[in-house]
Amino acid sequence: MKHFWKSALAASALVFLSATVSFAAKTDLVLGVVLEPPHLDPTAGAATAIGEVVYANVFEGLTRIDAKGQVLPALAESWTISEDGKVYTFKLHKDVKFHDGTAFDAEDVKFSLDRARGEKSTNPQKPLFASIDTVEVVDPLTVKVTLKQPNGDFLYNMGWAAAVIVAPESADTNKEKPVGTGPFKFDNWAKGSQIVITKNPGYWGTPVALTKATFRIIPDPAAATAALLAGDVQAFPVFPSYEAVAQFQTDPRFKVVIGTTEGETILGMNNKKPPFDNLKVRQAISHAIDRKTVIDGTMFGLGTPIGSFFPPHHPAYLDLTGESAYDPALAKKLLAEAGHADGFKTTLKLPPPVYARRGGEIIAAELREIGIEAEIIPVEWAQWLEQVFKGKDYDLTIVSHTEPNDLNIFARDDYYFNYNNPAFRDVIKQIEATSDTAKRTELYQQAQKILAADAPVAFLFQLPKTGIWDAKVEGLWENGPIPANDLTAVKWAE
Amino acid sequence: MLNYVSKRVLIGILTLLAASIVVFIVLEIVPGDPVRLMLGINATEDAVQALQQQMGLDQPLLTRYFSWIGGLLTGDFGKSYTYSVPVLNLITERIAVSLPLALISLFLSTIIAIPVGLFSASRRGTLADSGTMGIAQIGVAIPNFWFALLLVYVFAVSLRLVPAGGFPGWNAGLWAGFKSLILPSIALGLPQAAILARVTRSALLDVLGEDYIRTARAKGLTRRKVLYRHALRNALIPILTILGLQFAFLLAGTIIIENVFYLPGLGRLVFQAITQRDLIVVEGVVMLLVATVILVNLLVDLSYALVDPRLRGRS
Repeated sequence: MKHFWKSALAASALVFLSATVSFAAKTDLVLGVVLEPPHLDPTAGAATAIGEVVYANVFEGLTRIDAKGQVLPALAESWTISEDGKVYTFKLHKDVKFHDGTAFDAEDVKFSLDRARGEKSTNPQKPLFASIDTVEVVDPLTVKVTLKQPNGDFLYNMGWAAAVIVAPESADTNKEKPVGTGPFKFDNWAKGSQIVITKNPGYWGTPVALTKATFRIIPDPAAATAALLAGDVQAFPVFPSYEAVAQFQTDPRFKVVIGTTEGETILGMNNKKPPFDNLKVRQAISHAIDRKTVIDGTMFGLGTPIGSFFPPHHPAYLDLTGESAYDPALAKKLLAEAGHADGFKTTLKLPPPVYARRGGEIIAAELREIGIEAEIIPVEWAQWLEQVFKGKDYDLTIVSHTEPNDLNIFARDDYYFNYNNPAFRDVIKQIEATSDTAKRTELYQQAQKILAADAPVAFLFQLPKTGIWDAKVEGLWENGPIPANDLTAVKWAE
Repeated sequence: MLNYVSKRVLIGILTLLAASIVVFIVLEIVPGDPVRLMLGINATEDAVQALQQQMGLDQPLLTRYFSWIGGLLTGDFGKSYTYSVPVLNLITERIAVSLPLALISLFLSTIIAIPVGLFSASRRGTLADSGTMGIAQIGVAIPNFWFALLLVYVFAVSLRLVPAGGFPGWNAGLWAGFKSLILPSIALGLPQAAILARVTRSALLDVLGEDYIRTARAKGLTRRKVLYRHALRNALIPILTILGLQFAFLLAGTIIIENVFYLPGLGRLVFQAITQRDLIVVEGVVMLLVATVILVNLLVDLSYALVDPRLRGRS
């Protein structure tokens, strides 16, 4: 009998124990991602999927971009800028270690920046480092970067995923086994299936709440919906199935968060190729497109119309959608003035994303209304890069430019739009040389106005970030100022 | 017999060689540069060239072909452009999913199809026959991705018996791995079973019309005995042919099902490699599949000889 009571007590203690364990907050999270990264080194590949796993989690830069798109200190705890705006002196955090135990110091910063801008560099964002003249190690915790000319974007640029600090010991193997200074360590990668990162106990900064995060690769939109509903994944920060969003909005188990991104979606036009070299033709096309129909039909109503090439969440944003408001009669008139009263035939090359393929059908139908017959040609990304982007062999195309701070692509030589306006290039030069916020805002707005008037492309909408996650998950980013799934503040609500 | 086998093996090797040339040339013609895809739209021209050099893509076509073929002969499939790991590792990881999946589906399809075929054939023209064949017809017609989603919503989302997809890896345990393959193999196996059942039935009906069946019945054998001992054995040749084709399909043609269940199988590897222009991976997988198809065909041919004594004597 005595034995019976003993074991009964033990059993109830066990039950109680396991009950308390299940009340403690969860510390692991499974996130769904659509694309598998080709590798995990953000300094060697442009794929947004790389940043979506490692940015702020595994790798850190001198500065970092936060959820609002602001620049914050990261490995550099502070910095000073010289009077002429050319010399940046970064004070580094002390006692920082890479995941393999090697110490982080100014030499690593010099190594990373010199590697990114060097002759043999395969950094996908090499232009970010173009303004750097020299990088000097002052002492183990101080780095002095001298620029060729003042660059108002420099601190922002140093916050990109392609500018993270890597160690010379591990730089060559980061593709397979990323070694950074971040709050999470790379654990394992089952190719085609999932990537696991775990908490770094030796992290120099604020420790993270999660002990383990799994990025599960789910390319199919229907499968993504099922995985969330079945509880296999608890968060889909960039959910791929726009049509299923409404279903989750009515389900109390989930939080649906629609944010913005840096993705300006445009109808690209070949400005050198007739008839698109004619401003009136480009304006006619802009006026022929009803952005609301495009957004409703392509994105199930998600997405903000834009009238120029600038993200609506930016403080310097101007709403210029009125400049190219939907007006088929005006479009026809402009087309007639340009000498194409009967319209013309053209082609529309569409890359794989749904915004392009579905949006292309709608836009082709709208162009037909004003007499323009656009033949739709679906292309893969590889073909798009080869034919449209590099070869400039296209008439019209639809694409979303997701890089942050990319207004300057309209000022580039030999860019695929073939757009060249010296006045616009001048404004961009001034922006790059200015660090005063009020002055920059003024210049940004000037640039937006020039683009809206010139209509080098037809501006469609800002790509939304459709995040869906378990209602008890907190701290994931609402917006996507850069491609990232920053897990540093993520936790389960008690 | 030996003569027959060695002839088949020689033909197989020549086929592989021809395939290697075709694959290499076709992929060379396809537009798109893996380097540009990797570095994206902000890449500078010198960064593109540096990477091309690093990956050996600046070498002339013939040099690359011979170094690739030379590698294959020594078992070196090369290094993936995008993943930068050995292609062979990628393939073996994927086969660990695709092969069990194909085998389970094939097993399911066989154990369902043959009894159903026998049942239908033995009751030719009855309501039971047209009923089962009607169901089989539906099985052939239903798109398998739709059927797969239906399975997911019933067994994973509503009943939560199995995961909606994914593959935990065999290190997570045999049962965990097997569990994640249950729904995919049903989704793959049932439509194949429907096809196989129809083939089994018609093959049996062909045989049942033969004179020797009538003789066997006249000898006093029961219907059942005739069906199993005489009809089924003789109907095995078309059944084995279909099974061979199905196996080749199930090994790599399952991209849609792999997507619905987000399984890291061979089909998705090839698809991803094509879109990313990871040509060396595409080449490696295609060669492997060609080799598999040749091997399976050889086995099917040899098994004809096993079931049909006449073929044994001929060579």
